[in-house]
Amino acid sequence: MNTDVDLTKPVAQDVLLEARGLSKSFDAVQALRHADLVLERGKVTALLGDNGAGKSTLVRCLTGVHPPDTGTIAINGKAVHFATPDESRRAGIETVYQTLSLIDDLPVWQNLFLRRELTRGAGPLRILDKKAMRTQAKEILTELDVNIPSVASTVRRMSGGQRQSIAIARAAHWGKQLVVMDEPTAALGVRETAAVESLVRRLRDRGVTVLLISHDMSQVKRIADVAVVLRRGTTVARREVDSVTPDDLVALITGAQPGDAGE
Amino acid sequence: MGEAVARYAAPIALVALFVVFFIATPKFLTTSNMTALFVSAAILVVMSMGQQLVITVAGIDLSVGSNLPWAATVIGWTWTHGWGTPAAIAAGILAGLVVGLVNGLLVARLKMADFIVTLGSLSVVSGLTLLLTGGNQTAVSSGFLQGLALNGIGPIRWFWLVAVVVAAIAAYLLFWTRTGTYLLSTGGNLEAARDVGIPVNRVRLLAYAGSGLACGIAGVLFVSNNGGSDPTMQTNLLLSSIAAVVLGGSSLSGGRASILGTAAGAVLLQTLLNGFTLLDISQYYQPIAVGVVVLGAAFISRFQR
Repeated sequence: MNTDVDLTKPVAQDVLLEARGLSKSFDAVQALRHADLVLERGKVTALLGDNGAGKSTLVRCLTGVHPPDTGTIAINGKAVHFATPDESRRAGIETVYQTLSLIDDLPVWQNLFLRRELTRGAGPLRILDKKAMRTQAKEILTELDVNIPSVASTVRRMSGGQRQSIAIARAAHWGKQLVVMDEPTAALGVRETAAVESLVRRLRDRGVTVLLISHDMSQVKRIADVAVVLRRGTTVARREVDSVTPDDLVALITGAQPGDAGE
Repeated sequence: MGEAVARYAAPIALVALFVVFFIATPKFLTTSNMTALFVSAAILVVMSMGQQLVITVAGIDLSVGSNLPWAATVIGWTWTHGWGTPAAIAAGILAGLVVGLVNGLLVARLKMADFIVTLGSLSVVSGLTLLLTGGNQTAVSSGFLQGLALNGIGPIRWFWLVAVVVAAIAAYLLFWTRTGTYLLSTGGNLEAARDVGIPVNRVRLLAYAGSGLACGIAGVLFVSNNGGSDPTMQTNLLLSSIAAVVLGGSSLSGGRASILGTAAGAVLLQTLLNGFTLLDISQYYQPIAVGVVVLGAAFISRFQR
C-alpha cells in the first residue's frame, strides 16, 4: 500500500492518538491493510465505512480486543501495545459498545462505578462506600446534563436513551483520554437520538476526545469534526466535516469518489 | 403494588402461614414448638444461603442433595476413625467445600453446563458417600456436637446463631463487597460483566465453592442434630434449597438476590412441614404442598421486573 501519501495530514493540531499501518488478518481474511488513524485531542472523529470495511476491527485494535498483526499505536506520542481490553482501559480509553454493558438489575450509581467501586475500611472488612458512590454518580450525571430521575433506580427502569446516556457518561468519566462509541444511536428514536447527540456535543465542549462509529451521514455532519473513511481495510480519506456534504461522504464510502491515495 | 408483593412474598406468606397454623392448632405457637421449628429450619437456611450464591450468578447447584449427606458421612467416618471432634468437623466442612470447588472448576474453567455438572456430581458424590462407609450408618457421640444441637446462650440456640451468622455473611458478601457486586453483575449480564473487566470465571467458581462450604457447615449441623450420619439418607433438601431461594424472590436467571427473602423462604418450607405434622395431615401431602408453594412462587415472580 502507498504509505508515503499522507492520508491523515495531522493538521498540525494536538494529536492524541496516532495509529499507523495497522494490519490485521483473521485466518485468510485480511480485515485491515495498513490502516491509519489520527485522532486530534478534543475533537469528535467519525469513523466511516461500509459493512466489512474494517471499522470494528480498527476499533478493536485500539481497545485491545484484537491486537494488530503489524503497525504502531501511539498515545500522546508514546508507543503503546494493548494485549487486553484492561490495558487499553488503563491507558484511558473507554468504549461504549452497542450492547452498552450495563447491568439491568443494579442501580444507576452501581453501574457507573462497575469494576471501579469505591470502598472504605481495609483488608477483608473493606466495604463498598455506597454513599460516596451515590453522591459522585449524581455529580457525574449532573455535570453532563444527563437527566435521570434517581441514581438509585435500577437501569432496567430506564428508557433506551437514558441507558445510552448512562453508558456514555460512564465512559466519559473514566475515559481520561478517549471515548469510543459504536453506533450510539442505532437503536434510538428521534427524540432520544437528539438527546444523545447533544450529550456527545457536551463531551466535546468539555475537551473529551471521541471516536464515533456511525452509519448516519447527517448525524456525522451534526456532531463530528473530522470524518475518516475506511474501504476494504484501508484508510482512503480524511475530511473536515464542514468541508463535505453527506453525499460526498457516501461517495467516499462506496468508492464512487476516489480517496486521497488516488486509486 | 404487584411488585412489592412479589418482592416480599416470602415474608408475607410466612406470616400468613403462622396465622393459619396458630388458628388451626394451639400446639403451634408454643415455645417448645417454635424452638424445634427454628432448630430444624437452621440446616435448610444454611444450605439455601449457598444455593443463593449460585443462583445469583445464574447457575444452579443440584449437587447439594448429596453434598450434605457426603459432608455428614465424612464427619461420621473421621470421627469413628479417631480423628477427634475438631478434626472431624474440619474434615466435613472441607469435604463439602471440595465438592463445590470441583463443580465451580468444571462450570467456570471448562465451560460445562451448570445443570449437567451438578447433576453429575450429585450422582458421583452420592456414590462416594456409600463407598466411604460401605453404606452403613455411623453414630457420632461427640459431647460438643450434641451440645451444639441442644444448647445455646440462654434461650438462643446455637443452631439459630449458626444460621443467622451464615445468612449475615452471605448478605455482607453480596451487598457490601466488590465481590458481591461482581456476583450480581455476572449473573445479571455475563457479557456486560466480562466487557467491563469483571473476572467472571473466578466469580462463578467462588459461588459454587460457597455453596459447597455451606453444605459442609449444614453437614455439621445435621450430624449434631441426628447424632450421626446416614449415607443412604434421601432428603428433600435439594428441592427445598432451590425452592427457598425462588420463594425469596431471586430470579433463577440470575442477577438478583435477597437474603431476607431466602431465609424467610427456608423457614416457610420448614413451617409447612411442622404445621402438617402437628395437624396430623398425612406426610404424603407434604411434597404436594411444597411443590404447590414453589409453583405459586414462580407465578408471583412473573410480576417482578
